[in-house]
Amino acid sequence: MSYIPIKRPKFTLLDKIYVVELVKGLWITLKHLALSVAGKSRNKKAFNGKGVGVCMPFPEQRWDAHLPEYYRGAPTLVRGEDGRERCVSCQLCEFICPARAIRITPGAVAADASCQKQEKAPAEFEIDMLRCIYCGMCQEVCPEQAIFLSKEYLITLTDRKDAIRNKETLYRLGGTRKGLVNKWNQYK
Amino acid sequence: MSTQPVTLPKDEAAAEGKVNVQINGKWYRFPKGTRIADACNSVGAHVPCFCYHPKLSVAGSCRMCLVEQGMPPRLAPGATPTYGADGYQPIQWMPRAVIACANTVAENMGIRTTSKLTSEARRGVLEFLLTNHPLDCPICDQAGECKLQEYTTDYGSGTHRFTEAKIKKGKNIPIGPRVNLDQERCVLCRRCVRFMKEIVGEEVLGVVGRGAHNAISCYPGKELDSNYSMNVVDICPVGAMTSKDFRFQMRVWFLKSTPTIDVNCGTGTNINIWTREQKVYRITPRQNDEVNSCWMPDSHRLNYKYINAPERLTTPMIKTDAGAPLRPSTWDATLNLVVEQLHKCAPAEVAIIVSARLTNEELYMARALARQLGVTKFDIVPRTGESDNMLISADRNPNTTGAKLILGKTGTGLNTIRRGVKNGSIRSLIVLGEDVTAEAGIPEQDLAELDYLLVMDHSETPTTKAADVVLPGVTFAEKYGTMVNVAGRIQRLNKAIEPVGDSRPDWDILRDITQRLGCDCPRVIACPSPMIILEEIAAEFAPFEGINWGNIGNEGKVITDTGVTIPLIEREKAKK
Repeated sequence: MSYIPIKRPKFTLLDKIYVVELVKGLWITLKHLALSVAGKSRNKKAFNGKGVGVCMPFPEQRWDAHLPEYYRGAPTLVRGEDGRERCVSCQLCEFICPARAIRITPGAVAADASCQKQEKAPAEFEIDMLRCIYCGMCQEVCPEQAIFLSKEYLITLTDRKDAIRNKETLYRLGGTRKGLVNKWNQYK
Repeated sequence: MSTQPVTLPKDEAAAEGKVNVQINGKWYRFPKGTRIADACNSVGAHVPCFCYHPKLSVAGSCRMCLVEQGMPPRLAPGATPTYGADGYQPIQWMPRAVIACANTVAENMGIRTTSKLTSEARRGVLEFLLTNHPLDCPICDQAGECKLQEYTTDYGSGTHRFTEAKIKKGKNIPIGPRVNLDQERCVLCRRCVRFMKEIVGEEVLGVVGRGAHNAISCYPGKELDSNYSMNVVDICPVGAMTSKDFRFQMRVWFLKSTPTIDVNCGTGTNINIWTREQKVYRITPRQNDEVNSCWMPDSHRLNYKYINAPERLTTPMIKTDAGAPLRPSTWDATLNLVVEQLHKCAPAEVAIIVSARLTNEELYMARALARQLGVTKFDIVPRTGESDNMLISADRNPNTTGAKLILGKTGTGLNTIRRGVKNGSIRSLIVLGEDVTAEAGIPEQDLAELDYLLVMDHSETPTTKAADVVLPGVTFAEKYGTMVNVAGRIQRLNKAIEPVGDSRPDWDILRDITQRLGCDCPRVIACPSPMIILEEIAAEFAPFEGINWGNIGNEGKVITDTGVTIPLIEREKAKK
C-alpha cells in the first residue's frame, strides 16, 4: 500500500463543545500578559530585554550568540591553515546548487602558489546572494572541504549587483579553517 | 534419440555461417569470429572494457572484460554428444573467467556477464587498478566521462584495502604541443600506444619501467606532435591524456553535445560540438565508419575559436557616404537599403562570389538571388591544399560537390570576375561568405574602386571592411543545413548555439533579399527553414531525389559518385 491511513482522534462531548479548550488557551495568554505587565516575561535574560513583551527588539538586540552550531547562513570559501585555497574548482557545488546561485570560472593555480600539485583553482567564484536559498548542498557536496555556510544571515542590499559576491569577498568572509587537508601534499 | 529434432540449431546456424551462443541464459546467433565483447554488447549485456577499442588491435591487458564462459563437455573416445530438448548441448562452466575482447564466440558457448564469478573478477581488477590511482577526480578533466569512474561506481567495491604508500609517477607532463600526460592516472591500457603505431604510423609512445612502475612515455628525442595527436585524448579511457586546449575549461557534465560535421575540408568529418550557454568549449570526432572512422585532425578540431571571437559581426552595418566608416543599423532598414541599391545596379555589371563553405540550402538561395537579379557572372572560390593521406582532403571547401550539383559548372567564372573587377567592367560585387582578398585574389585597392560592394560574412575581414553594406551571417555551429562531401555523401549540419548577437542564418538573409527584390516564386519565398529548402532541392535536382532532412540521418547518405575516396577509410577497409 502506498499510503498510510491516519487515525483520527475520537472526541468526547466536552471536546466537541470547545469551551474548555478556549478557556485553556485564554489562560495561557492571560498568564503571559500578567508576566509582561509585571516586567517578568519569559526569556527576559536571554533576550537581554526589559521583560515587557516576549519579542526581541531586533536589530538593537540580536540572537547571534544563541545561533546553533548547525545554523545555515551565507556560504563562504575557506583557506587551509597552510594558507592554501582549498577550492579546486571542481564545480560540484555549481552543479548541485538547486537555485543556480553559484558560478565558477575554472583556472590553473598561480605559478607561484605553494601547492603546485593541486594544479587547479578557481579563476573566479561568484555566489549570487539573491538566488542563494541557504540549503547547504554546496557544503555537503564539496569534496575538498572548501565551502562552508557561515552564520551570517543579515544580508541587506540596495543594488542587485552588490548581491553577487566574488572570490575575494568569499575568501575574506570564510577566513581560515583548522584541520589540514593533506590530499594535495606534494610528498603524498 | 527419438526426441532429437530433425535439424539441430547448430546446423541451422552453420548454414548461415553463424554460431549459437548463450548469453545470460538466452540463446543468440552471431557470425563466426565475433568477439565475445562485441557479441555481448550487441545484445545489451554490457561488458566493461579499458584496453579494447574496435578500431585498434587487441591487447587484452586491462582484464576488465572478464566474463564467465562455458563450453559443451569434451567427449570421451567413442561417445556421441547429447542434446537437450531445445537442441543444445549442456554447457560446462569453466572455473576461471576469460577476457571477452581477445576471445571469439564458438558453437554452443555459454557466457555469463552478471554472475558472481564475473562481478567478483571485475571488482578485483578495479581494486588493483585503483591501488596506485591518485583519486584526483576533482581536478581531472576526464571526470564525468571517465571509464574508471563509471566502472568503479558500477562494479567497484567502494572501499580501499590498500594501506601502503602509493607509487608516485609523473604528473602534468607536456608530451606534445597539444597533449598533457598524467602517468599516475593511467591504467596502462596502451590504447594511445596502439593508436600512434597502427593508425598514425609513428612510433612515438611506449611503455617504460617495470612492474608497478610501468608508465607511458615518449621515446627519447620524440614528442607527440602528430596532427592526429589529440585523438589519444578521446580514446584514453581515463584522465591520463588530457587536451591542453580544453584543460580546466569546463566540467563535461555542463556541456551539451550536438552532432554535426566539420567544415574545414571536403571530408566533412563527423563531429560533436560541446557547448554551454552559447559558448563552444570543444569539438570531438563522432564515429562514422564511412567518413572519418573515430578520428579527426587536430588542426580541424582546434579551429573553433572564431565562433565566439570578438571579430564576429553582430549587427548589419552600412556605409552612408563614400569614405565614411561603417555604422550599425537595423535589419529592416539595411535590407530595404540593399534592395534599393541593387535595383540601381545594371545586371551586366554585377557579379556574385559565393563560398563553397555555404550549405546546399544557402547555395540554392544564392542561385535564386542571382536569377532574380539576372546576374550571370556567378562563381565559387576554389580552395585547395594538399591531402595528408589521412583525413584532410585536398579540397579545403566543405561543400564543393554540393556547389557543383546546385550551381552547375563552377570554377571558371572567378577569373572573369577578377578581371572584370580589375578593368572596371564589373561595377558591383556581391560576396557571400568569402574574404575575396584571400583565395579569390581580388586586392583591396580593386575593391575600393567598385561602386557597390555587398558582403555577407560571419566575421570581420578585409572584405567586410571595404564593403558598403555588411550583413552578419553565422558560422557552421549556429545553423542547420546540409553539405555534400568529396566522396558525394550528403551530411547534416546541426545548430549547436543560437546566432551571435543580431546575426541571422545566411539562407534566411538571402531569402529575405530575394523576396524584397520582388521574387514571388513560392519555391523560394515560402521556405521557412532549411528542411523545407532541402525538399525543394530534392524536387529540382536529380542527385538529391528522395532526400529529406530525416532520412539523411546522422551518418549521411551517398547521393553522387565523385570517384574520390578518403585514404584512412580505404586503409581501414583493406585491413578487414
